Amino acid sequence: MAKVLMKGNEAVGKAAIQAGCKFFAGYPITPQNEVPEYLSRELPLAGGTFIQSESEVAAINMLYGAGGSGARCMTSSSSPGIALKQEGIGYCVFGEIPCVINSVARGGPALGTIQPSQQDYNQATRGGANGDYHIPVLAPASIQEAVNFIKEAFEIADVYRTPVIVLEDGLIGQMMEPVDFDVPVKKREHTPKSEWAMGYGNGNPHLIEGIVMDAPMCEKKNRRFFKEKYEVIEKEEVRYEEYMMDDAEYAFVAYGSSSRICKTAIKTLREKGIKIGLIRPQTLWPFPQVPFQNKNIKLFIDIEMNMGQMVPDVALAVNDKNKVKFFGRCGGMIPSPEEVVEATEKIIGGAK
Amino acid sequence: MYLDDKRVRIICGHYGSGKTEFALNYVAELRKLTDKNVAISDMDIVNVYFRSREKKEELKKMGIELIGSSINEYADVPAIPAEMRIPFIDKNYEYVIDLGGNDVGTVVLKKFVEYVNPEETDLFMVVNVFRPDTCDVPHIIEQKSSIEYTSGLKVTGFVNNTNLVRETKAETLLYGDKILREVSLKTNVPIKYTTYVEEVVEDMTPDIKKQLSGDVIPLKYYMRESWM
Repeated sequence: MAKVLMKGNEAVGKAAIQAGCKFFAGYPITPQNEVPEYLSRELPLAGGTFIQSESEVAAINMLYGAGGSGARCMTSSSSPGIALKQEGIGYCVFGEIPCVINSVARGGPALGTIQPSQQDYNQATRGGANGDYHIPVLAPASIQEAVNFIKEAFEIADVYRTPVIVLEDGLIGQMMEPVDFDVPVKKREHTPKSEWAMGYGNGNPHLIEGIVMDAPMCEKKNRRFFKEKYEVIEKEEVRYEEYMMDDAEYAFVAYGSSSRICKTAIKTLREKGIKIGLIRPQTLWPFPQVPFQNKNIKLFIDIEMNMGQMVPDVALAVNDKNKVKFFGRCGGMIPSPEEVVEATEKIIGGAK
Repeated sequence: MYLDDKRVRIICGHYGSGKTEFALNYVAELRKLTDKNVAISDMDIVNVYFRSREKKEELKKMGIELIGSSINEYADVPAIPAEMRIPFIDKNYEYVIDLGGNDVGTVVLKKFVEYVNPEETDLFMVVNVFRPDTCDVPHIIEQKSSIEYTSGLKVTGFVNNTNLVRETKAETLLYGDKILREVSLKTNVPIKYTTYVEEVVEDMTPDIKKQLSGDVIPLKYYMRESWM
């Protein structure tokens, strides 16, 4: 009996410890409070350091220090809290700090609501820091996947020396599900921390910096990031799931909790004779391209708990915006499978 | 069986042990058995999602009074309205209290200490042995002690709600039963109920029911949507 029943947020905390996280800093915010609560109790027992920082801004900048010193580190917050961290995230990007940012989204903008949402798709995939950059974004749809993705996020962070975001809607954080913590995650090769981290002095200076003194050097650094990191990540780190796509004429596109609602809706729609499947991006950046090359699909129906933030990515991947339709709820409202079925029938009916 | 319990039933237990699903199922059945007023209070100020207060309308239609946050059913406000006192005082009420998790959730009861009469109060502790903090006999006893210390009341019955959500099988319940029986022997507190979700546990048989302790009662999901 390897499985236990865990709340998403607790499971994220445990997964981080299993992944070797030695430093956590964060500031409380609903609906992710069980993450710091769990880690405040368990991380010190595992030889790590837990800090409840004075603000979200402080927490992300503590990661700049902890990650820059070679520790596996994580912060966690929810929508407005992640908004506050944006400047620090930019510094972590440019300073090449491996770190994991657990983001549990609620209704927005501003303080919004405490209910689950996916209104932070753009916040995660585009980001609010200045400059040219990308951050890998993993989007789990179950507690088990959240656990696996947190562990993978630490690996990806180390391989590419980059922040990695694990984006969950509030339901994934608050829901209880059985989970197996022994699912293996592939350990990867990465540049030894002794070659770059602070405090590993072997005579060579290790410099972690957010400033470049002249423009040609700054451009060079930007271009190196695009060539050595982003191009490789786009090639190597894309993940997606295809569900009932073999004979599909229509495809839902959804991630996180929305994808589960879609799977239930697919059952009903198929009973009504509509051949529909699901493309579920598991990475939101890099955004999957291959499944959208499917020429049998008449319409791609994007279902989200927001006002359609993923639509441009789907339209680019499909390369035909007329084939992309959208239905969603926002502000913390969760669409029911019945609502999704009804919206789909309307969309498909209108296409005939 | 529900009417044999004391007039005020307080449902406590670990975070995520299944208190709210049990409390809602319990109160729905209780409603069918009595002509008295039936009320349930959502005293969980720890959780923000999956709260009984979200079911106010549904319960109202069934003739059950839900007393939740005074502001609205979704606010992130630890509001304990004064109305929660009424069913303690008015003996014409059958009362169910859905507490928050752990000793932290139990501390809310202190607000009502002058109205809680142990003579007419049952404190039921819901246990799922697949929750890591109540995974074995010592953990469960520790949890029980901390809840009793905080509430000032004694647990009067256990509810075996051992489950792995949609992966629950009859053997899952039997496993929980074995551990809880040992707890029951050590603490001298009976297992009052064993609960399982009927649509999930497909291999439940009358023979297995006989092996399980207390009244074995089927539940339906109130809080968990079909896609969860």
